[in-house]
Amino acid sequence: MSNDTLKIINAEKAKTYIAQKKREDGRDFLDHRPIDVKVNVINSADGSAWVKIGNTEIIAGIKFGISTPYPDSPNQGSMVFNLEVTNIASPDVETGPPSIEAMEFGRIADRVIRSAEFMDFDKLCVVPGEKVLTVFVDCYAINADGNLIDAAQFAALSAILNCKMPKLDENNNIIYKEYTDQLLPVNKKNLPLSFTFYKVDGQLLLDATDGEEYAANARFTLGICNDVVVAYHKGGDSGTFTIDEINTMMDIASSKYNEIKKKLL
Amino acid sequence: MTTRLDNRKVDELRKIKIELGVSKNAEGSCYLEWGKNIVIATVNGPKPVFPRHLADPQKAVVDYKYRMACFSVSERKSPVPGKRDKEISLVSGNALESAIMVEQFPNTLIDVNVLILSADAGTRVAALTAASLAAADAGLPMRGMISAVAAGRANEQLVLDLTKDEEDTADAVDMACAFLMPQKEIVLLQMDGFVKKEDCSKILENALIGAEKIYDIQKKALLEKYPLEGEIQL
Repeated sequence: MSNDTLKIINAEKAKTYIAQKKREDGRDFLDHRPIDVKVNVINSADGSAWVKIGNTEIIAGIKFGISTPYPDSPNQGSMVFNLEVTNIASPDVETGPPSIEAMEFGRIADRVIRSAEFMDFDKLCVVPGEKVLTVFVDCYAINADGNLIDAAQFAALSAILNCKMPKLDENNNIIYKEYTDQLLPVNKKNLPLSFTFYKVDGQLLLDATDGEEYAANARFTLGICNDVVVAYHKGGDSGTFTIDEINTMMDIASSKYNEIKKKLL
Repeated sequence: MTTRLDNRKVDELRKIKIELGVSKNAEGSCYLEWGKNIVIATVNGPKPVFPRHLADPQKAVVDYKYRMACFSVSERKSPVPGKRDKEISLVSGNALESAIMVEQFPNTLIDVNVLILSADAGTRVAALTAASLAAADAGLPMRGMISAVAAGRANEQLVLDLTKDEEDTADAVDMACAFLMPQKEIVLLQMDGFVKKEDCSKILENALIGAEKIYDIQKKALLEKYPLEGEIQL
């Protein structure tokens, strides 16, 4: 319970700063913390990335699997996305099955990537109607200090961009640790990025810290791809947004798109 | 202007039928037919929370459960709630909580159960619309109604309230929106697709027009069961 007290104190601190039109770490309301991306950090994974946004750290790793395609897309491979937020990331997380919030976060990051027509699933078909490659993207939060959705999305994206294609044997099974000279086929023009806003006392914040997230009562995530919107998701407690606020966030996110894209490519 | 697959106008909702108080055991309940969607929602509470550590000393906890019947979709759905059901339950619960004056009932639980009996696109918005009516039927003090509707794009035109057939068209985009009415505040918003910024704003405006229609239908249904006495006007 003592952690709860600490959380409330941090949230109150964040609110006090915001009331003075400031943020605790001196950033502007719509600035990101420093973003650091390292790729190919895990030897056993086919693609991987370690993303740091301030104190938030997430590792994404990719493994391939062979599976039967979904009946409605017999010639397309698939992607399975998973985000694990365990006790490693923060003492506030309880051991046990994944929390419903972690699941929601993973699903939002997944949706941003999936809906941008970024992955070329047609090229992951092995035998039409029978065998396709499935891309398993697993993200682990190493340190949680807010903005886990965007961090997971950036990590997954960086891992996908640097993922090697596995070799297949004569029976179309994966030969582990052997790769073709190809990278996972993606449509680099459609690079999707997620932008998560939190609303604290009516003020919109980008890249919120843990304390700011706890102080907020509404969250909104946008998936942006060049000047196109690929996903909307309102979440986080029972706070509300107006239509004007949604449009403002859309404009801010698209104006930040190129800046963040440069850091990931 | 081209017509839609089911000959509706672009801003026309499917037929909606509402019946309140359908479940005798529940404190509040609502049966909703929305086109081919059929939804039953029940609301119980405020009541004690178990296990106790889930209680919130500041407000009532809204436990919203969105479930789809196995036979509600073409291929049998497993009765085990999947990630999708859990996510919808979470965001819809938050949405409904913004309408209920939960701060009046600290340390209690408000149970909301929604069962989709038949699904034809837009089930999460139909579920919220029904749940909000069931909460009103249960007599919970509320700030307003949650009026939810899906808007989007199908066959190259921006439309309101998509059917499954429209959702399956090549360029389809479906934006599920829920507004707290009459305040017009957004309490749920989910969309994925590939949409230009201008279209995004337009779809959102269409959704608000749709939500206003839903709000009128909700008010009518409530007034039918609970007629106003005297000179009070809504």
